[in-house]
This record gives sequence, structure tokens and C-alpha cells, in this order.
Amino acid sequence: MTNEQLNSGNPRVDIEYRRKKNAEEMRHQVISFALMIFLTLIAFVAVAYEEFSGWFVVPFILLLAGVQVIFQLFYFMHMSHKGHEAPKLFMYAGMVVAFVTILCYTTIIWW
Amino acid sequence: MHVEEKMTVEKWPASPEKQTLEAKNKFLGFWFFLGGETVLFASLFATYLALKDSVPRSDMYLAKDLFEIPLVFVMTMILLTSSLTSVYAMYHMKNFDFKKMQIWLGITVVLGLCFLGLEIYEFNHYVHEFGHTFTSSAFGSAFYTLVGFHGAHVAFGLLWITTLMIRNSKRGLNLYNAPKFYVASLYWHFIDVVWVFIFTVVYLMGMVG
Repeated sequence: MTNEQLNSGNPRVDIEYRRKKNAEEMRHQVISFALMIFLTLIAFVAVAYEEFSGWFVVPFILLLAGVQVIFQLFYFMHMSHKGHEAPKLFMYAGMVVAFVTILCYTTIIWW
Repeated sequence: MHVEEKMTVEKWPASPEKQTLEAKNKFLGFWFFLGGETVLFASLFATYLALKDSVPRSDMYLAKDLFEIPLVFVMTMILLTSSLTSVYAMYHMKNFDFKKMQIWLGITVVLGLCFLGLEIYEFNHYVHEFGHTFTSSAFGSAFYTLVGFHGAHVAFGLLWITTLMIRNSKRGLNLYNAPKFYVASLYWHFIDVVWVFIFTVVYLMGMVG
């Protein structure tokens, strides 16, 4: 999904083209939203059902959360578009530090 | 194109949020800030995970006694939907439709207010029904710091978007305010990103035990 739009030199043609592009992108956004709602429902049902063991449910809902966040970042926040190299660097760097911090706190602190 | 230039549909660029130098810097700077926010929230999550259910007396309530699915589910749906409505707002911004953008931002603000109202109800419920307060235990401190910090972000986001809507209500869209609206919507999505982890790590994992 690229957002690079070329100019034809004719403003009316450009507008038509762009509107179509934007409408198409909006359709994709609505699909990602539907998927996000679906993932949320699965996570809640998995916990509400109470039959699964925690050893299965916890990694499972964490995975669902991870997928949902990818949808948010790459579609809703347009990180899949061109010109997002620096944002990707910032977010990945932040995630590495985030991961190490959480790993540290959950493994060496046990009281 | 000049920042103050009066815009028309024909002149409106494909990426109005990155047209001027100021806009490009704002875009970059804001993403850098979001990288920092990721680390900040991670440290609060880490503290919460380390101190979860750490209470001084055995008669005090733990995570699995406090949380209930219906309220968290409704809050999650509201915030997730508000993320989509702000996507709609940016869709209309790109199409140079100021009025529709304002309407969708307005819907986003209303949903955000509903979320905040439910969170206040929730905290009030924990304090008065369960004696679960900020100072009652390490668990309480970690819980209110993490979830409260997110709530404060929601409150700030609401103030931010409302201020932008009011200040630009008569100005219409131009290259000066398009990046402002865009960056505010990025912030709103980020709030939802954090909530995805809060409802999973704090509430759902809390109920599993």
C-alpha cells in the first residue's frame, strides 16, 4: 500500500485519482478495524471460557495483542507507507528497550 | 506552496501533513516522542508485573477478585472504535473536507469521554467496594500508576484534539494546521496501542490468575 501519488499535470484528474486512492485505503482501514475487533473478541472469550489453562491462555492473548498492535502501527498510524524509515527506527529501538526492561523486572524481581 | 496560503481542493497536496519543513520536523519529532513513550510505558508495565498481587495482608483483594470482564470489554470496544473514527477524520483531512473531519474528530472526543467516564467509575468502585487504593498496597500503587497514567494520556489527548478543533474552527484546513491534526491523531492511536497491552496484561491476565 503506497501513498506516493504522481501528478498528471491536470488538477481534476489528480483529484479523481487521489480520492479513489484514499477511498481504497479507507476500505483497508475498515478491514483492519474488523480484524482488530475480532482478535479482541477471541482474547476475551479465551479468558471468559475459563476451561483453558493459564499456560495456554497467557501466551495466546499476548500473541493476539501483538498482532493487533501491528495493525494499529502499520495501518492506522500508516507505518507501512513510504517515508516512515525514521519512525520505524524509533519504534523498534523503543520496543527493544521495552522488552529488556520487562524481561528484567519479571525475571530478577521475585518477591 | 506557502504555509499561510489559502487552500482549495485543486491545490491540496497528497500528503498535506508533510508538506512544509515545519511539518516534516513535527512528524519526525513526534515519532521520536512516541518511541520514548513506549519505553516509559514499558517501565510502568514492568513495575506492575513485578508488584502484581503484592499485598501486605492476606485478607486484601487480588487482581482476580477485582477485575470483571463486561466493564473492561465495553471500555476496550469504545477506545478501539474511537481509533477508527480518528482514521475517518484523517481520511477527510486528506480529501480537504474540513467539516467532515471536524465531525469525526467530535465523535472521537465523545467516545474518549465515555472511556474516561467508565475509568473513573471503575477506580471509584475499586476504592469504595474493595478498599483497593493507591496507598493500600504495592499492587495498588503499581496498578493505579500504570492505568492512571494511561487515563491521563486519554484526558490530555481529549484536551489536545478539542483545542485544535476550536482554535481552527473558523480557519479551515491549510498546510499550517493539517500536520497538527495528523500528529494529534497519531497520539490518539498510540493511546489505543497502550490500551491493547493494558487490557491484555493487566485485566485479562489478571483474571486468568
